[in-house]
Amino acid sequence: MSRANVNLILGTLLVAALGGLALLALVWTPYDVNVMNIAGKLKPPSAEHWLGTDQLGRDILSMIMVGAGTSITVAALAVAVGLVFGIPLGLLAAAHKGGLIDETIMRLNDVVFAFPFLCLAILITAVLGASAGNAVLAFGIFNIPVFARVTRGGALSLWEREFIMSAQVSGKGVARISAEHILPNVLNLLIVQGTIQFALGIQVEAALSFIGLGVQPPTPSLGRMLADAQTLVTLAPHMAIFPGMAIILIVLGLNLMGDGLRDLLDPRLSGERT
Amino acid sequence: MSLLQIHDLSLSIGAFDILKRVSFDVAEGEIVAVTGESGSGKSMTALAVMQLMPDRARAVGSVQLDGQELLTMPEARMCKIRGARVGMVFQEPMTALNPVKTIGAQVMETILLHTDASKADAEAQAREVLTRVGLPPDRFPLTRFPHELSGGQRQRVVIAMAIALRPRLLIADEPTTALDVTTQAQILDLLKELVADYGMGMLMITHDLAVVAGMADRIVVMRHGEVVETGLTRQLFANMQHPYTKMLFEASRHEVDLPDVPPAAPLLEVKGAVRDYALPRTQLFAPRQHFRAVKGVSFTLNKGERLGLVGESGCGKSTLTRAILGLEPLQGGEILLNGKPVASGGQANTAVRRQMQVVFQDPFGSFNPRHRVERLVTEPFHLLDNPPTGAARQKAIDEALTAVGLKPSDARKFIHEFSGGQRQRIAIARALIIRPDIILFDEAVSALDVSVRAQILDLIADLCRSYGLSYLFISHDLSVVRTITDRVMVMKSGEIVEEGATETVFNDPQHPYTRALIAAAPVLPDPVAEAI
Amino acid sequence: MLRYVLKRLLSLIVTLAVASMVIFAVIEVAPGDPASFMLGVNAQPDTVAALRTELGLDQPKAERYLSWIGNMLTGDFGTSYTYRSSVAQIIGDRLWVSVPLALYALILSTVIAFPAGIYAAARRGKAGDAAVMGGTQLGVAVPNFWFAMMLVLIFAINLRWFGAGGFPGWSKGVFPAIKALTLPAIALALPQAAILTRVMRSSLIDVLGEDFMRTARAKGLTRSQAIWRHGVRNALIPVLTILGLQVSFLIAGAIVIEQVFYLPGLGRLIFQSINARDLIVVESVVMLLVFAVVLINFLVDIAYSIVDPRLRQRT
Repeated sequence: MSRANVNLILGTLLVAALGGLALLALVWTPYDVNVMNIAGKLKPPSAEHWLGTDQLGRDILSMIMVGAGTSITVAALAVAVGLVFGIPLGLLAAAHKGGLIDETIMRLNDVVFAFPFLCLAILITAVLGASAGNAVLAFGIFNIPVFARVTRGGALSLWEREFIMSAQVSGKGVARISAEHILPNVLNLLIVQGTIQFALGIQVEAALSFIGLGVQPPTPSLGRMLADAQTLVTLAPHMAIFPGMAIILIVLGLNLMGDGLRDLLDPRLSGERT
Repeated sequence: MSLLQIHDLSLSIGAFDILKRVSFDVAEGEIVAVTGESGSGKSMTALAVMQLMPDRARAVGSVQLDGQELLTMPEARMCKIRGARVGMVFQEPMTALNPVKTIGAQVMETILLHTDASKADAEAQAREVLTRVGLPPDRFPLTRFPHELSGGQRQRVVIAMAIALRPRLLIADEPTTALDVTTQAQILDLLKELVADYGMGMLMITHDLAVVAGMADRIVVMRHGEVVETGLTRQLFANMQHPYTKMLFEASRHEVDLPDVPPAAPLLEVKGAVRDYALPRTQLFAPRQHFRAVKGVSFTLNKGERLGLVGESGCGKSTLTRAILGLEPLQGGEILLNGKPVASGGQANTAVRRQMQVVFQDPFGSFNPRHRVERLVTEPFHLLDNPPTGAARQKAIDEALTAVGLKPSDARKFIHEFSGGQRQRIAIARALIIRPDIILFDEAVSALDVSVRAQILDLIADLCRSYGLSYLFISHDLSVVRTITDRVMVMKSGEIVEEGATETVFNDPQHPYTRALIAAAPVLPDPVAEAI
Repeated sequence: MLRYVLKRLLSLIVTLAVASMVIFAVIEVAPGDPASFMLGVNAQPDTVAALRTELGLDQPKAERYLSWIGNMLTGDFGTSYTYRSSVAQIIGDRLWVSVPLALYALILSTVIAFPAGIYAAARRGKAGDAAVMGGTQLGVAVPNFWFAMMLVLIFAINLRWFGAGGFPGWSKGVFPAIKALTLPAIALALPQAAILTRVMRSSLIDVLGEDFMRTARAKGLTRSQAIWRHGVRNALIPVLTILGLQVSFLIAGAIVIEQVFYLPGLGRLIFQSINARDLIVVESVVMLLVFAVVLINFLVDIAYSIVDPRLRQRT
């Protein structure tokens, strides 16, 4: 079995496991995360509470299940924002390479990239207020130029290919060629970049919520759990360790999937040119 | 004893046998050419001598240089041989040099690596050897970077690196394939001189029999990893034994019969076409400079006529082709098909464009890998107001595929299931399917092996008879243009310098550039004349 | 070369101009107006009015934008509402923590990543490569602030090798300051080193497939000689881009990491100012960070032309 497949299988398993737990949390969790139990607070892992309890006595495993769902939703929505706006912009820029549209899009890209990413998010949340929705907006805006660049880069090299020229000779217009020939052939790149941005989104949600600018109480999220854990790390290290590991496993899974997919979909590696 | 002795060399990569019991020798001062089509194993033979095969390759047999076995030699000792006793020149001069190091440093590196020469001595030697290969340091300082040189000049630098230490053996792997014909002639002359001067043995790998004929003392013909025939050049050409050798030779000088040209009636008219490209600004606020790629070109292609356009890279022939297809705007003049402009106001004219199709060079790049053949060949239907559907569409696909020698059942396959020659047939089917008035062949056979090329040329000639094709055949390959066109134009620096009936131009070229081109093109010997 | 520099410089100025407008516009859309936003809902109307005048909110927007830019160009970043002192002064103090931290982390990540990436590329497909790649997968996945908490847990709380946070200042000597920055720098550097290692590796692998590497071997260079003399420098070109981007991530990461270690740097300043709704500080610090990122990417572009002679005189 090739390494691509190992990566892909391992990554998919990890993502499926964590995603499955998050889905399960919609209908069932070991304990209700809205019920506090001050008497049983800060308990280390035990038979009843596999991963221990937090400062309010809530079950950490249940919190992680619900929190993972929140984090995944935020990251997925931000990726969707990036894809919906980034792909058309990238296709447009590539089709009018060097033209005014291309220049404008690329300059705007430069501007967004000039903001240290968290600064942009912080600025937006500072002004609009801290909330999960604004975190999606902030990371989504950042994703737009990312996907626009990837689309444009892939599309530019395709526009040089002879099969695109054949399509032009067949009288097909820019929009039609972009939809019919360019987009399907840059999809691989976008899928790979999508998993990478997804993974990044999980980390960004965590970071924003950690400093209090993302998901707000009482909604659990992995980042918020770590924020709660920060002051109590000496007393209850398990409060920090387990949510952090959940983040690592999701991100690791997504990145492995991305790597595996890239190797699998890379035309240079497939047998196309034999 | 010969300088290089290859005996029963077999090489495999994984389960694939690349070389099968290859044996031949190269003597001092002798040029041996290994020739064959793609997949013959000729390049792998060269890499095996250098011991630079891919990591997973396993070689058995014997490769001896001056009696020393190279196959079993430890890597450390092999490094001392490479560059010092065996030099190598590669096919692609544009990428064979390190882009971030000066040419002087790269030539000196060979010297410093293998000798105790001081930096100053090495530099002096580098100057000397660069002068020897035709790059005198007063005109080409050692501080130049590769990107500041042309392809031919870069190949001279690669040669300088290879011969700096006067190796016993020089290996040249398709050394002129990537070069224009006039540059090719200069590089081949240089290699021949160097072999004579230094008394080196030379192992040359090439697919081009005409180059072989002019260069080699002896020829080794390979196919599918096996040597099928070997002999002294003159004798081999005079008395070919193996059917494959005969086939290669025939295919290389293949000629086709074209039907007669109907009475002149203009089809495509190019009138004073001018195409400028804006250059990047040299100063921030200075007005933009322009490069004129096509300088007022005019010609007419008549109905049923097969017109050739030859020229070297950068002459503007590709730009002109794209302008005719309406893919590039003109800054002056006009291009008419059947009396109507191909483009107006920067937009291609659909009504005109549906009378025109194109076949490109690269049989790998000209199809969307995700679509089936039926979808690929019917793409031009997009030009029609009422494209055929259902049974009529199926019939058109069947006809087009049959016309190019494929089966209707091939319509359901994907493009990667076909060989290069078959793909070029599909490209022709795609061009034919809407029965255009004119087809542009843009280097359409240049990427093909000679035997496949001969088949495609036959196909084009057949189609001329059955469909009464008119076409513009754009190519750098003079021998192909000579057989497949009635009339030819020679293009240089954006201008057409000579035009006339193909045979007339080839037999009695008028313009000095045409003469130089024809003189530089290597030719196959006439077997009958050689035999006498 | 000069033309290239001028061109990059022009694009730097354009980017900065647009970025400053974006920042200004975002601050403008704050609910209500900046003055009532800063003071919150319970503020007295006359206090709000006073702040309005102080901020010059009664002037037209364009004029305020221009005077903001103009003042920044002369080094006047305004006066903080919460600190009641010059923003330039506050930023100046904080820079003494943030810049050394970012540099420290950048050096650490480079020192780890270059050798690791080169090693993995040279041993592509072998066990050493797999080990390095596995390590980088993990390194990329670890959130830096979580890693920071773990470092504190292990090295500060359990082993007591380092303090758990805080910064003694440079006046107490260089060593204690460096020591205080060590755990934060490691936490910042690790994920970046993982990314950089991957880029270095894949870039070098691409270069190893180039024709000129084969030419180098044909000259008689050994594999490792060829990698060092011809491979690495060519491989650096894409690595430089990532290195430039990393600065942006280091600055962003510092906002969170400074929070974990209670370091009085720009990140913590920005965070505190947001909580205090001190938009004047937020606005200026964000602009400064953008300037830093753009400037560094400009320097990276210049570095390109040193590494790659083709860029020096493109015609």
